[in-house]
Amino acid sequence: MSETERLISPEAVRHVARLARLALDDDEIGRYASQLSAIFEHVDAVRRLDTANVPPTAHPFPVENVLRDDAVTASLDRATVLAQAPLAEFDCFQVPRIMGEAP
Amino acid sequence: MTASRAPEFGSLVEIAASVRSGERSARAVLAQSLERVRDLEGDLHCFNEVTVEAAEADADAVDGMVRSGLDPGPLAGVPVALKDNLCTVGIATTCSSKILAGWLPPYDATVVSRLRRAGAVPIGKTNLDEFAMGSSTENSAFGPTRNPWDITRVPGGSSGGSAAAVASGMVPLSFGSDTGGSIRQPAALCGIVGVKPTYGVVSRYGLIAFASSLDQIGPFATTVADAALGLEVVAGHDPMDSTSLERPAPSLLASLGDGVSGLRIGIVDDFLSDVSPECGAAVIAAAEALAAAGAEVDRVRIPELLLGLPAYYLIAPAEASSNLSRYDGVRYGLRVDGPDAETMNARTRGEGFGPEVKRRIMIGTYALSAGYYDAYYGQAQKARTIVIRAFEAAYQNFDVLLTPTTPSVAFPFGSKVDDPIEMYLCDLCSIPSSLAGHPAASVPFALSPEGLPVGVQVLAPALGEVEMMRVAASLEQAAPPGVRGPVTP
Repeated sequence: MSETERLISPEAVRHVARLARLALDDDEIGRYASQLSAIFEHVDAVRRLDTANVPPTAHPFPVENVLRDDAVTASLDRATVLAQAPLAEFDCFQVPRIMGEAP
Repeated sequence: MTASRAPEFGSLVEIAASVRSGERSARAVLAQSLERVRDLEGDLHCFNEVTVEAAEADADAVDGMVRSGLDPGPLAGVPVALKDNLCTVGIATTCSSKILAGWLPPYDATVVSRLRRAGAVPIGKTNLDEFAMGSSTENSAFGPTRNPWDITRVPGGSSGGSAAAVASGMVPLSFGSDTGGSIRQPAALCGIVGVKPTYGVVSRYGLIAFASSLDQIGPFATTVADAALGLEVVAGHDPMDSTSLERPAPSLLASLGDGVSGLRIGIVDDFLSDVSPECGAAVIAAAEALAAAGAEVDRVRIPELLLGLPAYYLIAPAEASSNLSRYDGVRYGLRVDGPDAETMNARTRGEGFGPEVKRRIMIGTYALSAGYYDAYYGQAQKARTIVIRAFEAAYQNFDVLLTPTTPSVAFPFGSKVDDPIEMYLCDLCSIPSSLAGHPAASVPFALSPEGLPVGVQVLAPALGEVEMMRVAASLEQAAPPGVRGPVTP
């Protein structure tokens, strides 16, 4: 138990949760610390793999940029899109303040 | 264990022929489907929403075309169920997540518009593991779907609702999405046919993204021919998906009867020791049947495929953590308020996502974070290359490969849900072709001692759908009676 719990600490889980914008309670932090430790132990075969001279694959086939003709076509109606927002005003999405003191 | 045979609709070709000729109305076919839903939905929970009014309007439109002498298309009047991660304009699309509460998509997925243009009648949105993450539908925010062969067991996942709806005879055709096995595994556990096409054959436009380099839409049906027709209708280039291949839809039905004579078929040895005896025995029996039908069958070892599972459980969560960053409480769905935008984002996501989705986002974010990127995500991308190269070498000697679809038959509710790694192992045999972008199909081929269906997986190289479906059709012919749905629980 302690062996795997050392792999990813609760502090590391808190840091990752912050990066992922996930509000987690203390129970979740503890549970994910031990579950993520077990999962990363399981995938360790990949970390230890000898991959000298092996290129990475990001996509099954080569992906090319696709351009369409430079012609004006209809896009989604603004009112239709804004109607789905939790809050909208003045033809904009409305959010709480984004500026403030650093946390 | 009280599953019994269910009434069948007839083949998709038969349904469409009878509707096109006016012998049977689309409304009558729909009524048969909706009656079955009414009888069984309480036991099975296949659907997040049954869209009766929209279905009746679509069926009426098909019947109107027939009366006017117009051809509604090759799926005229065929009732179809759609996994609830396929966008449907004006109809809630939830991904079985609380975070999309109240969202009504402003557009249809390409698959949905192509089905409707072919005369199909969508009857509702099927349950799934939240955001298609899971192998049992137990991760749905709206409760699990139950397996029609035994309602104390899972139907598999993530497309469990689509699989159970076909396996219980509610609809003759449904669609799901497959990222690491989410069509093939529930097809196997529910005793039906499920097909994951080559990446790029079916447009992903309007499929809510989980892992974009792996996601692919495909059909469920009780027969190989019906799955082939369903795939033909939705496949083909779509300018709305930049990863859509610039190719016409494959022609599959025409060659299903061509047999397997001369095809080189490899039994992949490496999975056989990791699966239950009945799942391994079904592969051996399937190989014997194909040899008897004239195929050249041999065994092959491809140990690199075992790297698939750990590589996938880094790559898919990494892509998911990026894709799911869009659920931020700003533009659609749930918002949980906070004093500033970042707190609002975090609270919305903390409350809106279920435990498995949060777990995958955490895995992905960790694997991509500074200091770990090269060791985990970078290495996993290289492992992906190793898997692809190993397949390339094997396909020098074989046209198709055979493996078990799943390590076990349908398991009881609650038996894996608290152990993420146990659940992830369900995808062991299905993941390698996902990483390679190759097609794969699951065909029901046996029953376990307790009477549960066992699937065999047919793998082919990229764009090998024609040979893959020929092999699937031969397996279907050779399979013992009673191994496939539909069944009545």
